[in-house]
Amino acid sequence: MTENHSEHTSQSNKSKRRDFLNILLGGGFIAWLGALFFPVFKYLDPPKVEEVKVSNVKIGAVEDMEKDSGKIIKFGNKPVIVIRKPTGEYIAFGGVCTHLDCIVQYRKDYGQIYCACHNGRYDLNGRVASGPPPAPLTKFGVTIKDDEVIVFQEAT
Amino acid sequence: MATNEEKKSGKIFNWLDERYDFSGLIEFAKKKSVPKFRETIWYYFGGIALLLFVVQVISGILLLMYYKGTEDLAFESVHFISTKVSFGWLIRSVHSWSANLMVLSVFIHMFSVYFLKGFRKPRELTWYTGIGLLAISMAFGFSGYLLPWNELAFFATKVGTDIVGEVPLIGEPILILLRGGEDVTGATLSRFFGFHVAIFPGIFVILLTLHLLMIQRQGIAEPEDYKKLPEDEKKTIPFFPNFAMRELLIWLIVINILAILAVFFPWELGTKADPFSSAPVGIKPEWYFLFMFQVFKFLPGEILLLPGEFVGILLFGIGILLWAIVPVWDRKTTKGEKNTLLTYFGIFVILFIIVFTILGFILD
Repeated sequence: MTENHSEHTSQSNKSKRRDFLNILLGGGFIAWLGALFFPVFKYLDPPKVEEVKVSNVKIGAVEDMEKDSGKIIKFGNKPVIVIRKPTGEYIAFGGVCTHLDCIVQYRKDYGQIYCACHNGRYDLNGRVASGPPPAPLTKFGVTIKDDEVIVFQEAT
Repeated sequence: MATNEEKKSGKIFNWLDERYDFSGLIEFAKKKSVPKFRETIWYYFGGIALLLFVVQVISGILLLMYYKGTEDLAFESVHFISTKVSFGWLIRSVHSWSANLMVLSVFIHMFSVYFLKGFRKPRELTWYTGIGLLAISMAFGFSGYLLPWNELAFFATKVGTDIVGEVPLIGEPILILLRGGEDVTGATLSRFFGFHVAIFPGIFVILLTLHLLMIQRQGIAEPEDYKKLPEDEKKTIPFFPNFAMRELLIWLIVINILAILAVFFPWELGTKADPFSSAPVGIKPEWYFLFMFQVFKFLPGEILLLPGEFVGILLFGIGILLWAIVPVWDRKTTKGEKNTLLTYFGIFVILFIIVFTILGFILD
């Protein structure tokens, strides 16, 4: 009886020891995998590029742009749409459609801002007029100084 | 009376047979057969996809000799291939057309397997590897589309990756990973180039090998109706040489179709991508993404307080998942019963894809 009992305990001790070793080895293996993949994942995450801080952009003389037309300008590294209304007034909005990231354009025939990717339309206040866009375009300010048109980021 | 040449080839055969058991292989090949019935035609499409994949590898390697995968040079190098390199236009056109035909044959192959229920036990893993191969085929198409760095590709990539970015939690990190930054830039081009010529081919070949090995191991699937026939009514075609010869003939036809398309409808290059220009009117993705694209056009900005495109992604996600795991939810066919729900679901999916693809083509 006692012998049997001691054999049993030695066996369970053995299996305990094996469990312990398995956990140690398994855990070590997982840690090893982590050490292997961590640099790879970090490597794939691109470093943040220093964004050029731009607060305003000069886009030329007032008469450079025709009335009732629009164009895309570079505002730092973001596109901005500048529109000259039929009345001659200038307005500007962030050029990226809020739906799926396409760049919008001014459509004379609609008198609206239009995104060709999924037929989204915004009115000339940047609000969604029709189509799938979920949010309005960001408004940019425009001033005219010494006959020069300047687009600037409005304080938020 | 054996001629000298026959003796020589016999010697080579014996030499190889001694070392690699060629007789065993031949014995195995002799036993291979394909069920002969009304729907046998569909059995050829997997082979067609395989042929077109080989065409893709060869034409792709040829394009690599001249292509330059950077923002400044990509468009110019493809222009150079199309205008200056001898037969460059042909190689590029073959690569583009073959890509499209490959995706088409993979789709036909998948739908035929679905309707003939080739995915049921014991062939679940063949189905799953097939789904993986389809996904990578489409990823090949999506990444390859950007490589010429033209306007259409630029916006298609913006939209496509932005959709991925809408997925909750994991979307944003994946978007950064795919684009190599917040926006689609030259960094995106470099990454897509890497995916297209290194990562995807690697995964594809592994999946394809598994897919083909499983088919060799288990033999080709027999549809339920055929299985129920009495043994003496089951007609088969020997794989070697009958089926293989027919497949070869079909390959020849496909290569001819490919040549006609590539020569008479050369692939256009368009205008170079400009990250500061508006998306052109009438912009469309590749035809196999068109139905999804069209659905996103119809979705309103908000559905039940949720953003419209989010609801779209959710519904597509559920649909695709249901499709991919059909061996799990189709219990009836495995028991030998008819599963009409399965057939109706398949027909609905096909009609859905066809209707929205056509709408995508005809609507502005």
